[in-house]
Amino acid sequence: MSQSLEAYLVLSVLLFGIGTFGFLAKRNAIAMLMSIELMLNAVNLAIIAFGAFTPELAAQASTIALFVIAVAAGEATVGLAIVIAIYRNHRTPLVDEYASMKE
Amino acid sequence: MGLPETVPYLDWRWDDLVFLALAGVMLGSALLVVLGRDIIRSALWLILSFAGLAGIYGLLGSPFMAISQVLVYIGAIAVLILFAVMITASKRGPARLVFQRQWWAGAIAAILLVGLMITTILLTEWPHNGQVYAADAREIALTLFEDYLFAFEVLGVLLLAAVIGGLYLAKRDDDMPQTNNPRQAMRDEEERA
Repeated sequence: MSQSLEAYLVLSVLLFGIGTFGFLAKRNAIAMLMSIELMLNAVNLAIIAFGAFTPELAAQASTIALFVIAVAAGEATVGLAIVIAIYRNHRTPLVDEYASMKE
Repeated sequence: MGLPETVPYLDWRWDDLVFLALAGVMLGSALLVVLGRDIIRSALWLILSFAGLAGIYGLLGSPFMAISQVLVYIGAIAVLILFAVMITASKRGPARLVFQRQWWAGAIAAILLVGLMITTILLTEWPHNGQVYAADAREIALTLFEDYLFAFEVLGVLLLAAVIGGLYLAKRDDDMPQTNNPRQAMRDEEERA
């Protein structure tokens, strides 16, 4: 089981699905960002799994996954800063109350 | 005296047992992140989920990725998220409604997506099977600093831009109005009354 690519890919898909549900269903903006981190983790797991089962790609997969981690770190920084900037204005982290452009 | 070849009574390989345990920890804590009501607990479960994934990276023969995962995700991103949670935490405790009203639509979409991708994975004949190849740190370094050197430098500039942008966005503006949110203004009024 731990020696088959399918097991890791299915694990990655399950993690991605949990992240998708969290992103679509949560009301709190920070919880939505956490769900995005889960989804990025799932993608990284798939990349590393492909690399681990293909000897020519092992080093390349780690490199790509490292890039994904770095971009995810940048995304988390800017995303949380945006949430904090909106929080200053609206005094709530709940996304369905960010309706001032509609009202 | 070493361990027996397989797990006693179950007849599994030890790797399989470790894989199942780590997968269970990772998926279980990810579910708790999404389903939990208290956002601080969600953030703490998120750390456990990151740690489980780091273990799986170790099982996949890339200790380099496991260490990066611990350093970047647990050490930096989780702490950043915890700080943001504490800055935006409401004094009233967790919101009554944690999910959007149309959460079931999101659930259906996620389940459809998972089902589709799992069918695709299981129906595909994967050419490589049965052997995990360890990624050598020296090979990764050569790939990163020779083949992808330009991308690496661009990544450095991107991170710098992200830091400056994050600082600028989160900077406090003193001449801002108290709140632009009419519902929140009403709530503030009620609290004062």
